[in-house]
Amino acid sequence: MGILENRFPDNVFFSTADSIINWSRKSALWPETFGIACCAIEMIATGCSRYDLDRFGVVFRSSPRQSDVMIIAGTVTKKFAPVVRRLYDQMPEPRWVIAMGTCAISGGVYNTYAVVQGSELVVPVDVHVPGCPPRPEALMYGFLLLQEKIHKSHVLRRGGSESAVAR
Amino acid sequence: MTDVTVLDEIEQDGRSTQEILLNLGPQHPSTHGVLRLVLELEGEYVARIDPHIGYLHRGTEKLAEDFTYTQIIPLTDRLDYLCPPSTNQAFVLAVERLLGIEAPQRAQYIRVMMTELSRISGHLLIVGALPMDVGAMTTLLYTMREREMVMDLLEMICGARLHTSFCRVGGVREDLPGGFAERVREFCEIFPQRIHDYERLVARNRVFLQRTRGIAVITPEDAIDLGLSGPNLRASGVDWDIRRDCPYEIYDRLDFNVIVREGGDCYDRWQCRIDEMRESTRIIKQCMRDMPEGPFLADEPRVAFPVDKELLKCSMETQIHHFELSAYGFKVPAGEIYTCVEAPKGELGFYIISDGSEKPFRMKVRAPSFVNLQALQGASNMDYLADVVAMLGSLDPVLAEVDK
Amino acid sequence: MGAPLYCTKIAERFGREVVHEGHSHGMHTFSAAPSVVVELCWFLKEDPELRFNFLSDICGVDRYPQKPRFEMVYHLYSIPLKWRLRIKCRVDDPPRIPSMVGVWKTANWHEREAYDMYGIIFDGHPDLRRIYMWEEFEGYPMRKDFPLRGYKDAYNPFGEEKAETPPSRNGPGDGQNSQDGGSPQSGAKR
Repeated sequence: MGILENRFPDNVFFSTADSIINWSRKSALWPETFGIACCAIEMIATGCSRYDLDRFGVVFRSSPRQSDVMIIAGTVTKKFAPVVRRLYDQMPEPRWVIAMGTCAISGGVYNTYAVVQGSELVVPVDVHVPGCPPRPEALMYGFLLLQEKIHKSHVLRRGGSESAVAR
Repeated sequence: MTDVTVLDEIEQDGRSTQEILLNLGPQHPSTHGVLRLVLELEGEYVARIDPHIGYLHRGTEKLAEDFTYTQIIPLTDRLDYLCPPSTNQAFVLAVERLLGIEAPQRAQYIRVMMTELSRISGHLLIVGALPMDVGAMTTLLYTMREREMVMDLLEMICGARLHTSFCRVGGVREDLPGGFAERVREFCEIFPQRIHDYERLVARNRVFLQRTRGIAVITPEDAIDLGLSGPNLRASGVDWDIRRDCPYEIYDRLDFNVIVREGGDCYDRWQCRIDEMRESTRIIKQCMRDMPEGPFLADEPRVAFPVDKELLKCSMETQIHHFELSAYGFKVPAGEIYTCVEAPKGELGFYIISDGSEKPFRMKVRAPSFVNLQALQGASNMDYLADVVAMLGSLDPVLAEVDK
Repeated sequence: MGAPLYCTKIAERFGREVVHEGHSHGMHTFSAAPSVVVELCWFLKEDPELRFNFLSDICGVDRYPQKPRFEMVYHLYSIPLKWRLRIKCRVDDPPRIPSMVGVWKTANWHEREAYDMYGIIFDGHPDLRRIYMWEEFEGYPMRKDFPLRGYKDAYNPFGEEKAETPPSRNGPGDGQNSQDGGSPQSGAKR
């Protein structure tokens, strides 16, 4: 246990159930391998040796049924939007969405006949990570912000706008 | 996502198989992007492949008719997003030829060097991704380590890791920064040993060889008929490289080998890219050794910003040209041109029709990946579903280029 | 320096049916009618002195409001002899042209793209269907009368309003139904 060994007298720890639940959820955010365009390359770079997302507990899963987070990395086109929605619907709750890159946030430079002007029009988004493409550090910061959001959310406690129910 | 539709039940030699329609993608770890393959399978054997593309079609060509020529340069970045400098270079060359101007020597050396750096970066990803597709996950982590070094170099030059947008019509945006020469020399010293490491890691591995040797063979005649180009064509034994056969920029002064292999299978395509990375390292060393001093942008005030920014403070004419370029862009004489370069994926061509205004009348991108992907339907000896994945990895499609 | 071999051979074989449009920026351009363009390409490919075995690109162009409205541009390359040339073919509205799939297999997807983007029908194409847009999409995006931002729907609020009245006889579209029938979905639901 490292620094925690032999430090404490016999004691009882108090915490809230929500803290424990939120801590376990935010420490093991498993995203779907779902790279669409250029941002996917930076997402791969973030997951690889130098920037290493694994230390945040982030393990990429191929199947939406096994993932918590969907990172929309790239431009969502009108042809692809029903697929994005379907993948989002296949994810079990609790689930979150990170929109990575300006194309995912607002359509980016592509205001054309084929591009959805923002993935908010298709799925509800929790964290927007701007950039074209965002640096790996920016994506990591996006994950940290998502962890903060999860930390503040109400699971067993009543009410609050941060409710994680029925997303 | 995989949906299965049973087409037919087949009885053969007392055993029954099903003919099924299997949907692979568009979200799938092995499809290298948003590609959907509809496969007709007889048991494990692949009878027919029908690729469905267009999930990343963003309307680049239509958008280019609404943008000035300088504004199109960032659009070209986003076509082959693994190797943006080479697409920048191809587009800018086409416009320069239409205008009848030439970039200064130093700018050409810088552009060639950045293209070769991006060639290394693009090949590194696929050299790591193909073994990952067939099961050897480690190689990608090693190749991405070197890819980060290349991205550091690109970031040193232009501030961006991926979408560089560094070329301008008439040259490049700015000169190389101080300290760059030492860093790139260091990279060229270290890199050949790293390539050797990747080969030792995977190239004689029994499983990798079984998954790639003799799989998805494309004959030279089929390769030409299918329009393949780049490493995919040279791996089938056709000796054609645009840098050597129709040299552009300063490629006629450089000494490099064109890698040609005879087999035409997945392994040959992978090995071709490994060897091309070695040649690119040689080219970069030559560029750094031979690069002359001089301006990085042509002295064409109607087309390019002034190199010496002090002139903006004292010359009214320079100020007016600068204002017009920033506000309206430059006009290109009416005409048409087809320019192609040897991009990392193959022959990348730009067909531009100009009507005399600041925006192109028509811009067509001849994307190598769009043509290379058709080879999925033309290869032989691709029996199993697993072979399709290996074939796709060896063709190295970039879906943004396929879908434009 | 005389004209390259392919100029003289094309003139000998096809005479007035194939017109030499000129030479600019390193490439000769020829113009042919839809009825001879396939025969011209076969000749260029099969002739042992020419050997244009590589089809680089097929490009569709909308020259609205000129007539004939559409243009197909073929870029050919001879790998052994390192020659490039361009063939153009004007077709009127509604556009039909014979397919090149028999000559070079690579023409398959290029022609599908031209059909998807311009609505040009290729006679003899084995599998002519849309390649970039979804099957139910109405309209041909690269035509000059199709708006850049498409038509307004739930995915793109910046699109143009759909025309309520049918277009006039001489107006853009010329009777072509260019309304976007794309699949608008309702906004994000939780």
